[in-house]
Amino acid sequence: MHIPDGYLGPTTCGFFYVVMAPIWTIASKVVKKTLNARQVPLLAIGAAFSFVIMMFNVPIPGGTTGHAVGGVLVAILLGPWAASIAITVALVVQALLFGDGGITAIGANCFNMAFVLPFTGYYIYRAISYNAPVDSNRRVVAAGIAGYLGINIAAALAGIEFGIQPLLHHTANGQALYCPYGLNVALPAMLGEHMLVFGWVEAVVTALVIKYLQKQAPELIEEGRI
Amino acid sequence: MKVTTKLWIGLAILIILSPIGLILPEHFKAGSAWGEWGADEMQKLVGYIPQGLEKLASLWNAPIPDYAFKGWEEKGLSRLSFAYIISAIVGIGITVLVVIGIGKLLAKKGD
Repeated sequence: MHIPDGYLGPTTCGFFYVVMAPIWTIASKVVKKTLNARQVPLLAIGAAFSFVIMMFNVPIPGGTTGHAVGGVLVAILLGPWAASIAITVALVVQALLFGDGGITAIGANCFNMAFVLPFTGYYIYRAISYNAPVDSNRRVVAAGIAGYLGINIAAALAGIEFGIQPLLHHTANGQALYCPYGLNVALPAMLGEHMLVFGWVEAVVTALVIKYLQKQAPELIEEGRI
Repeated sequence: MKVTTKLWIGLAILIILSPIGLILPEHFKAGSAWGEWGADEMQKLVGYIPQGLEKLASLWNAPIPDYAFKGWEEKGLSRLSFAYIISAIVGIGITVLVVIGIGKLLAKKGD
């Protein structure tokens, strides 16, 4: 889901930088109010976890590859605003150092994976696990569903961002200037592969870690954190 | 053992296992992620390289492109796996330092 340079035109790239600027500002204000110094290592672990889980490319045999983001888990444990900051740092390092995701697309990639994914995942988890005891299985199921839906909604948005490019930018003879695939191809491709394969990876990873933490560190699962 | 210590150990294990994310796609002959093709792959897929894409694609020269050392692209899976692990260590190291820096700036002192 790391959109490279050259797939989104300047309008889309600029738009998402403009959208992300206030989100990053609010995130730092919220985190400033709520983050305790002792939670900083956990935030770093969250960012590191998201970084490494994105390196586990999962193949669709003979087709494409994809991966989980781990962002829903970070949001469940530290809140969506803190998760947003952690995933943003991971995505920026991936773009600058490893060329994974474009420089011009950092705004769009952060909107999909560091904003929409943790926020949708977090609120779906909160809704399903509402009032559930810390050690209940409902929390594990909620985490799995939240992971699955969070990454799929993010993937659908990436598909839409790809898919509107031929409409926005083309030459006089109809050749695309940026991503050449329209919504009819890009949206089903991005959403389909995540619904079939990569969404399940996010679901399983999120649910398993919550299950593990229920036993090892139930205090991390309690409500009303950041 | 503190839970954060356990989680750091878990991360170290994930870093060591990360080449699975390189070897599995190779084994199952899976190509690039959707929408992450290079210019030459694009030529094959749609018959031309979109002009804007061609211009922007080479905008940034990442120091460790695609988690592999420059010039090591044809070195075989074991060396690529080694480069992948080193990339993970470097990338995660920098990510952790930046987040701790941001955290120190923002977080409330004490408990």
